[in-house]
Amino acid sequence: MTAAPAYNFAYLDEQTKRMIRRAILKAIAIPGYQVPFASREMPMPYGWGTGGVQVTASIIGAGDVLKVIDQGADDTTNAVSIRKFFEKTAGVKTTTRTAEATIIQTRHRIPEAPLSEGQTLVFQVPIPEPLRFLEPRETETRRMHALEDYGLMHVKLYEDIARHGHISTTYAYPVKVEGRYIMDPSPTPKFDNPKMDMCPALQLFGAGREQRIYALPPYTRVVSLDFEDHPFERTRFDTLCAFCGATGVYLDEVVTDDKGGRLFVCSDTDHCEERRGAGVTP
Amino acid sequence: MYVAVKGGEAAIDAAHKLMAHERRGDPAVPELSTDQIREQLTLAVNRVMCEGSLYDPDLAALAIKQARGDLIEAIFLLRAYRTTLPRFGYAQPVETADMQVRRRISATFKDLPGGQVLGPTFDYTHRLLDPALMDKSVAAEPERAAAEAEPVPHVTALLGQEGLIEANASPDPAAAVGDITRDPLAFPAERDLRLQALARGDEGFLLALGYSTQRGFGRTHPFAGEIRMGEVAVSFIPEELGFAVPLGRVTLTECEMVNQFLGSEAAAPQFTRGYGLVFGHSERKAMSMALVDRALRASELGEETGAPAQDQEFVLSHADNVQATGFVEHLKLPHYVDFQAELGLLRQLRAEWDAARQPAADDTPAPMEAAE
Repeated sequence: MTAAPAYNFAYLDEQTKRMIRRAILKAIAIPGYQVPFASREMPMPYGWGTGGVQVTASIIGAGDVLKVIDQGADDTTNAVSIRKFFEKTAGVKTTTRTAEATIIQTRHRIPEAPLSEGQTLVFQVPIPEPLRFLEPRETETRRMHALEDYGLMHVKLYEDIARHGHISTTYAYPVKVEGRYIMDPSPTPKFDNPKMDMCPALQLFGAGREQRIYALPPYTRVVSLDFEDHPFERTRFDTLCAFCGATGVYLDEVVTDDKGGRLFVCSDTDHCEERRGAGVTP
Repeated sequence: MYVAVKGGEAAIDAAHKLMAHERRGDPAVPELSTDQIREQLTLAVNRVMCEGSLYDPDLAALAIKQARGDLIEAIFLLRAYRTTLPRFGYAQPVETADMQVRRRISATFKDLPGGQVLGPTFDYTHRLLDPALMDKSVAAEPERAAAEAEPVPHVTALLGQEGLIEANASPDPAAAVGDITRDPLAFPAERDLRLQALARGDEGFLLALGYSTQRGFGRTHPFAGEIRMGEVAVSFIPEELGFAVPLGRVTLTECEMVNQFLGSEAAAPQFTRGYGLVFGHSERKAMSMALVDRALRASELGEETGAPAQDQEFVLSHADNVQATGFVEHLKLPHYVDFQAELGLLRQLRAEWDAARQPAADDTPAPMEAAE
């Protein structure tokens, strides 16, 4: 019988971490470019954050403070699970406070509080290829990126406008990075796209199943695709958070009864709690 | 009042506790041991080792027990363990011609050197439920014979003597070994990498793809040249020794398909090959793999392409069941913020739709439109 398995600091072996760090460095050197990397099986399923977890596991050190969010919240099941994973395998300090964290792993949101230099935001990415749903073949999409052949994407956005009067992409809204690569911001609502632009924090994107890592170094130009006569519009809510009264933040709609009752609350639980802690109420 | 729609740590812990409880089942029934699984659910253990890419019957049995018999979950457990193991190096290629054969059949020759050896097989059984197995069963002693001293050459080697089948590419011994668990898969992928991906690919997926080629979606005119199952020795050259030392034996199933090929201007007509090799005893998987391997060679052989099984991006990107199950099941994860964005858009689209159809006060609806 085999001896009880023992695992390295932050689960991954050091060789694997070095391989992933090399991919990350390359990604930082070519902002928005998808770097292939030899993604490992992780003890959580593909599609549940294995890319983000591998990136975090490769950059985390004993002194780091980790925050994990899913849908903006620290208490969603998958965020809890990933946070516990690093508590268990790396023994690092964790936090729910955005300002305290050195590494923030996220699925689907960027925190409301502005990030600062020295912080790293790690995105979990399901489909890293922004052109995938226009062209299913990787061989083709890599060629399109190489040649900066993005006509297909512009045609798609144009067709949206022709059909609906506006671009009908609400999340995973494609961006152009430093005027070169079109990049998928992961399925964050387009509300969060402007936060990526000139962000002082390092933004890393990990796609485990698809074996890709990409990055936005601090202070990178990130522009949501649009047209001169149809400029990008950020999602706006015409209501405020029922708990803390915040406006200009992303809100989750909560169904309160079966008679059409609705409540809107902050998607970013930390932001909401900080405001309520400071005594702000609607 | 809105209490908590978002999950919590306590809920997760409680759910896992409940799952462990369900796994045990009725405590009045004796607990299944991993030894029992390894010895009596051998084919399940084999599949988990094969698609888990780790030859360890004890750990595979443990994974099956822990996964409550869900084999894909068990494969996942084994993979997540395997990936953390240090990589010392690569074993020497195994020689399947020297296999200690427990089963070996050919559908292309009635008799051949080494003979037809049926071995342990479901083939030719009548699939009638056996009530005797409901109780404790005592299997009758099998017939025994001394191991054959006669060599058991591959059928393809026999065909190769006449030049009737394409020669296998002779690999450069100095070339680096491709490894899909250490390098990301890029397209087009060479055959060594394709075979690796197929070997750990989902049995059901490969079965369906292989089947589709038989039904005309990329026909390859296959014959089961040979299927053999048995034990082969594995050896390894440690850097400090410089010569091969035996590591042990593994059970393998190998399938060599012999496929039609008409020849071209440049090449005389000859048979072509499709190859399948898997851990343990799994003929269905080995045969499916061989069919798909051959189908994936269509463009290399200048054949018409376009069928799903001939499309390597399609086949290789979707064959891994650990990837597939993860991504399919990730739809269970919360998607509230994206859904919120879609809700907002849908409400806007509906409002615009309604507004566009709001008849102006002095408008009379056109009867023609109503008739449409």
